[in-house]
Amino acid sequence: MKAHKYGDHVDTDVIIPARYLASQDAKELASHCMEDIDKNFHAKVKDGDIIVAGLNFGCGSSREHAPVAIKASGISCVIAKSFARIFYRNAINIGLAILECPEAAEDIADGDEVKINFDTGVITNETKNKTYKAEPFPEFIKNMINDGGLMASLRKKS
Amino acid sequence: MSMTMTQKILAAHAGLDEVHAGQLIQAKLDLTLGNDITSPVAINEFEAAGFDKIFDKDKVVLVMDHFTPNKDIKSATQCKQCRTFAKRFNLTNFFDVGAMGIEHALLPEQGLVAPGEAIIGADSHTCTYGAVNAFSTGVGSTDLGAAMAVGYTWFKVPAAIKVNVTGKKKDFVSGKDVILYLIGKIGVDGALYKSLEFVGPGLKELSMADRLSIANMAIEAGGKNGIFPVDDITREYLKGRVNRPWTAYDPDEDAEYESVVELNLDEIDCTVSWPHLPENAKPATEGKDIKIDQIVIGSCTNGRIEDLKAAAEILKGKHLAEGVRGIIIPATQSVYREAIKLGYVEIFLDAGCIVSTPTCGPCLGGHMGVLAKGERCVSTTNRNFVGRMGHTESEVYLASPAVAAASGIAGHIAHPKEVL
Ligand code: SF4
Repeated sequence: MKAHKYGDHVDTDVIIPARYLASQDAKELASHCMEDIDKNFHAKVKDGDIIVAGLNFGCGSSREHAPVAIKASGISCVIAKSFARIFYRNAINIGLAILECPEAAEDIADGDEVKINFDTGVITNETKNKTYKAEPFPEFIKNMINDGGLMASLRKKS
Repeated sequence: MSMTMTQKILAAHAGLDEVHAGQLIQAKLDLTLGNDITSPVAINEFEAAGFDKIFDKDKVVLVMDHFTPNKDIKSATQCKQCRTFAKRFNLTNFFDVGAMGIEHALLPEQGLVAPGEAIIGADSHTCTYGAVNAFSTGVGSTDLGAAMAVGYTWFKVPAAIKVNVTGKKKDFVSGKDVILYLIGKIGVDGALYKSLEFVGPGLKELSMADRLSIANMAIEAGGKNGIFPVDDITREYLKGRVNRPWTAYDPDEDAEYESVVELNLDEIDCTVSWPHLPENAKPATEGKDIKIDQIVIGSCTNGRIEDLKAAAEILKGKHLAEGVRGIIIPATQSVYREAIKLGYVEIFLDAGCIVSTPTCGPCLGGHMGVLAKGERCVSTTNRNFVGRMGHTESEVYLASPAVAAASGIAGHIAHPKEVL
């Protein structure tokens, strides 16, 4: 999985510009994801790739479209130094894996090959031959992400 | 392991002996709350997910307060959707026009929140109930839709800031001045994701009305929640309101706080937050040059009977300055009734104000006092963002009821001492 790296304070307006919010279609949203800071994002992302970013990722408006657009782009996980609270909640609720790990967020470079073990929280940078440790998700969060988010997971149970 | 008040409540609701900051937990809820704006979205999510049961008909609360009595067809449609949902599930606590009040004033007043309970609401000022030692926080409509169905939700356990309150309140100083001063000190992101935990010998100076105003605005410092321990003032307030058993939570002696803020009440005078952020706090005495067009006294921050009393004491026998409009909104039906009984309504009318039925109304620029371009308002509400009460070039100055009343009489921002 290749890492795509960005800086601090990537806001939801950058993740999915407001001019595209009329659409509810995840694929359509994905085609514009990150385009204001990285025109080629949509073209270069391969299924399973990850985003690595700095502080306060997902700040700004509370739009759920932001994690939806990232997930539909094929991104399997976002690693950041920290996340904005509402983005954090929205991401988990729609089933996008996100990990807070300042060390990994600092060290991983654009284009590095990275593997994540969600059971242990260990992030392996295969390019640099290094590992970092994030707090692993508890079982219920892992299930929620695997089921496709909060509502899908509850529906399965009920 | 030692824990903060918030962490103890979360651990108890997660069925765990201990939790630490940053941990993801699943917690049982004692109450969920939605209003006429957020509930329709939550109901749609609930229905789209195919749920046909709610977790407890006594614990799913819906309050129709923002755009009520309905201001237009859209808001009427939203209330109708909530009403239908409330009927379908036979909700005990559906508050419609005639019974409703502003949600965060209404729930404590009705005894629906108690110490040690865990509550979520699809409204950012749900953090108000920390005043009675509950853990409560605002969430999105999807979270509410899911929680109404299952009665639990997930949280990331917050780290905490300790606010050590000392000293004595000066004349005319209220909880509102205290929280505006604190936000001025730590900034609108000073408590980002964190619990603000209020402790210290100065708490005995703060009435329940003061504490409710303070906890209400924890979110304006970026906080996840604000919380007070239980003391005699709390117990007195709960008497006759909450008849079910409850558990009080104190912080452990060695609970881990990320930082400690010293808040000495001796240093706080009447405070006003200039546009366009609550952190722009200055002494009210610096506002002599700020001419105003309107005052609003009400909202979930300052629409309680103590707030109306403070305003009435200043407006009694006086009149608003020429060109100033005065809008007074009791937060609940019982505050309204009480204000009539105690003669406050007459004082307000004599002073040239209007007194409205409970509603959020002007607080969010909805109705009942929207501002035009260039107009200025001194308001007891909690947000002074660009365009919050109307035109993007209007201005909102946040203040206590006493300062708002004094400013109405003076025609500019005024300390109560100036008009008495
Ligand atoms: S009074 Fe204002 S802040 Fe309070 S619930 Fe209503 S709109 Fe929100």
